[in-house]
Amino acid sequence: MNTKTLAAADEELRFYDLDEHAHPEGHSTMLGFWIYLMSDCLIFAILFACYAVLGGNYAAGPAPKDLFDLPLVALNTAMLLFSSITYGFAVLQMQQGKVRGTQAWLAVTALFGAAFLAIEFYEFQHLIHIGATPQRSAFLSAFFTLVGTHGLHVTFGIVWLLTLMVQLGRHGLIAANKRRVMCLSMFWHFLDVVWIGVFTIVYLMGMLQ
Amino acid sequence: MNLEPSHGDAAHPREIEMPHASMRDYLIGFALSVLLTAIPFWLVMTMPLSPGTTAAIIMAFAVVQIVVHMIFFLHMTPRAEGGWSLTSLVFTIIVLGIALAGSLWVMHHLNTNMMPMPHDMNQLP
Repeated sequence: MNTKTLAAADEELRFYDLDEHAHPEGHSTMLGFWIYLMSDCLIFAILFACYAVLGGNYAAGPAPKDLFDLPLVALNTAMLLFSSITYGFAVLQMQQGKVRGTQAWLAVTALFGAAFLAIEFYEFQHLIHIGATPQRSAFLSAFFTLVGTHGLHVTFGIVWLLTLMVQLGRHGLIAANKRRVMCLSMFWHFLDVVWIGVFTIVYLMGMLQ
Repeated sequence: MNLEPSHGDAAHPREIEMPHASMRDYLIGFALSVLLTAIPFWLVMTMPLSPGTTAAIIMAFAVVQIVVHMIFFLHMTPRAEGGWSLTSLVFTIIVLGIALAGSLWVMHHLNTNMMPMPHDMNQLP
């Protein structure tokens, strides 16, 4: 009798403990991913600091005014902004439980992202063609590093978009996939936030000097 | 198994909490972003104002647009993740401010206090 009560009490204690500590799978993923983004933000902060310090060192080479083509940058910015809203539509479709709709909007987002990359690639290729290579001056080294790192992030974002479309096709809108959609949403919108800094500080401020 | 009455949806007993997005949020965010992007580009491309004023305006617009993205696209609220999202964001902004302002300050002083040097290093004694 005594042991039985003890066992029951023990069980109850363990039961209570589980209630306290059992967290649903992936409950901390969103916060963890947010903290990753914050650390990524610090990478960009340092690259922006480098650009701010070195951006005026032209080494008698070309300055931003000689190189940058604002209409092209505006087009690029539009591509990224459109991709942000289309990702929003993908999230809305996911909330309504529509797999095909989510995949379709993710595909549209990937297309806009690819357009952004194509324009950036064209710009870089043009700059290198006219001799404005990263080796030309500290300004150009800092420029290519900052803008190139952002472009690399977009590239990996597109890889992730395609992966997620396959995962959605295979498993549908399971909890893990919903979580992935929300994480990539943060990543993608974060890249747009970084781009606001890039077009303002590098391109627009560059043209004012 | 369903021990959490607050998450009482029987079909999804272990669903994790996710920010709820709405069409309205995305459309407002998009419209504001278009405005906040188009105006700085227009200001720099046509230059109706002095460079100093233009610089101040476009920097202010960038800050506002970043906040717009945070609220409408990233669904940031002070309550998200029990406040930890905002805490880490504030921490990041502080470190970011120190890194940016510190780099600019130190390197500016370094530049202005540098000993004058001939451009051609071969002429040095």
